[in-house]
Amino acid sequence: MYDLIIIGAGPAGLSAAVTAYEAGLEKILLIERDSELGGILNQCIHNGFGLHLFKEELTGPEFAGRFIEKLRDTNVEVMSDTMVLDISEDHTVSLVNSSGYQHIKGKAIILAMGCRERTRGAIAIPGSRGSGVYTAGTAQRYMNMDGYLVGKRIVILGSGDIGLIMARRMTLEGAKVLACVEINPYSSGLQRNIKQCLEDFDIPLYLSHTITDIRGYPRVNQVVVSKVDEKFRPIARSEMVFDCDTVLLSIGLIPENELSKSAGIVLDPRTKGPRVWENMETSVDGIFACGNVVQVHDLADNVAAEAKKAALAAARYVQQNRQQDGELELKTAGNVTYTVPQHIHLPLSEKLVEVSFRTNRVFGKCAVVVADREGNAVCRYSREYITPGELQKISIPAKLLEDKEEYLTVKVVEEQK
Amino acid sequence: MTELICIGCPRGCHLKVDEENGYQVTGNNCPIGAEYGKNELTNPTRVLTTTVRISGGIHNCLPVRSSGPIKKALLMEAVRALKDVEVASPVKKGDVIVHNIVGSGQDMLASRDM
Ligand SMILES: Cc1cc2nc3c(=O)[nH]c(=O)nc-3n(C[C@H](O)[C@H](O)[C@H](O)COP(=O)(O)OP(=O)(O)OC[C@H]3O[C@@H](n4cnc5c(N)ncnc54)[C@H](O)[C@@H]3O)c2cc1C
Ligand code: SF4
Repeated sequence: MYDLIIIGAGPAGLSAAVTAYEAGLEKILLIERDSELGGILNQCIHNGFGLHLFKEELTGPEFAGRFIEKLRDTNVEVMSDTMVLDISEDHTVSLVNSSGYQHIKGKAIILAMGCRERTRGAIAIPGSRGSGVYTAGTAQRYMNMDGYLVGKRIVILGSGDIGLIMARRMTLEGAKVLACVEINPYSSGLQRNIKQCLEDFDIPLYLSHTITDIRGYPRVNQVVVSKVDEKFRPIARSEMVFDCDTVLLSIGLIPENELSKSAGIVLDPRTKGPRVWENMETSVDGIFACGNVVQVHDLADNVAAEAKKAALAAARYVQQNRQQDGELELKTAGNVTYTVPQHIHLPLSEKLVEVSFRTNRVFGKCAVVVADREGNAVCRYSREYITPGELQKISIPAKLLEDKEEYLTVKVVEEQK
Repeated sequence: MTELICIGCPRGCHLKVDEENGYQVTGNNCPIGAEYGKNELTNPTRVLTTTVRISGGIHNCLPVRSSGPIKKALLMEAVRALKDVEVASPVKKGDVIVHNIVGSGQDMLASRDM
């Protein structure tokens, strides 16, 4: 019997393992299906990781390396090349590796399986089924680990960060990126990536546009891009045709939750990840979740911080000192699409409750307001600018919540100039 | 007056740089933004990250980075110079792969062990 079993060794799993060890857990097992640790960071060779955590701009592999080095000084058991196939509600983990199929049990479990990319099927783009259509992450893996450039003339659909990073990478490698096409009127990637990956190389970004046809067989040779109206319907006669051999899809990530479902964990249809408490515990007692499996994060730093929270809570669970009876639900209103956590235990064990959320539109000067059941503001946070592409965070002082009942509502209100 | 997005960190502050007043920067939330705003209009630089071929490693490519920012205009030339570089495993994180890449004053370093 393990104290803690962690599934997935990306930044979430690595940070959780190190934290749980530091918190005093004795028998910890970290399971990874890949042959090396680090998760998606191994293919993210660009810099921009670690500014919050290490106060330095690290590359993805350097960021992962910091945790892998720390892990070496612990007694955490690592099983790589091992795939977890099933988890049950009673904390039995079924896995397979070169020594066969086995069941093991943990007092607590942390899910850190990350995300996978949405594919062409998920958004049903019309056109021929020629080769040359890749998800941006797949192209990134081919480029950065295998040294294979997937095409010479490229159109990118979606303005997610991975697509933007790949636009720069492929341009530097000698490919021509003709356009980045985004159906929303705003970019879903970070502002800094628009600047340093597109503008630096004069790659045009077409907002409120989408690909309406992909032509060519057996290899893509053209795409048609159309402007869309506010209901995302293509506008007739707005077509532009690009001659290209490759289309990269950067249209979002989906939390990888097959295992969560097998354990009977309740998922939130908005985040597509488990519904979690403020300590990252899921609906199943003693099973915690963190990182991209819970919600799509923009930054590995935030993933590591969330994992730390989950690991401390898991340690507390194993060491059996918790007593919580009340609960507050977090509802959303207006343009807030979801919150993580979705609910909070009372009384709180920490001084601050961190809440992250996204909105479905851009705001200029505005305030994030947390209101109680009666509609009175509990706290208020001014913001200069909010965009759906960037995960928002607020920290609510626990003492403001002591006497609250049933639910809180999180909303964003415009501020008069 | 030029408006810029700071790339110093993910916060992405909206900067205003006043060319007429010694490149004074407003809108930044930290000193990095002030320096970035000035540099961007006088001498833009970027950290370069790319890969080189490696033999005997678990992958075909070793990720590398420049030790510090290099002139934006030198980026393409630096990537071209790295095309023909091949190293042999084992390599340690931080090992110098190319000294003073295209005369930029910065070295290319290995990003990981391999
Ligand atoms: C293709 C891609 C590119 C990205 N690029 C960037 C970027 O450039 N910059 C940035 O800040 N963020 C980027 N992200 C976001 C990035 O994923 C997060 O910042 C962070 O890496 C998420 O950490 P994680 O540990 O939650 O997930 P991951 O890093 O995805 O790690 C999850 C791990 O779980 C393992 N796993 C999954 N299922 C199982 C199973 N059943 N059994 C055993 N192991 C399992 C996986 O193999 C993987 O190693 C990218 C994401 C993707 C998908
Ligand atoms: S000014 Fe500072 S806080 Fe703002 S984006 Fe630049 S580095 Fe980040």
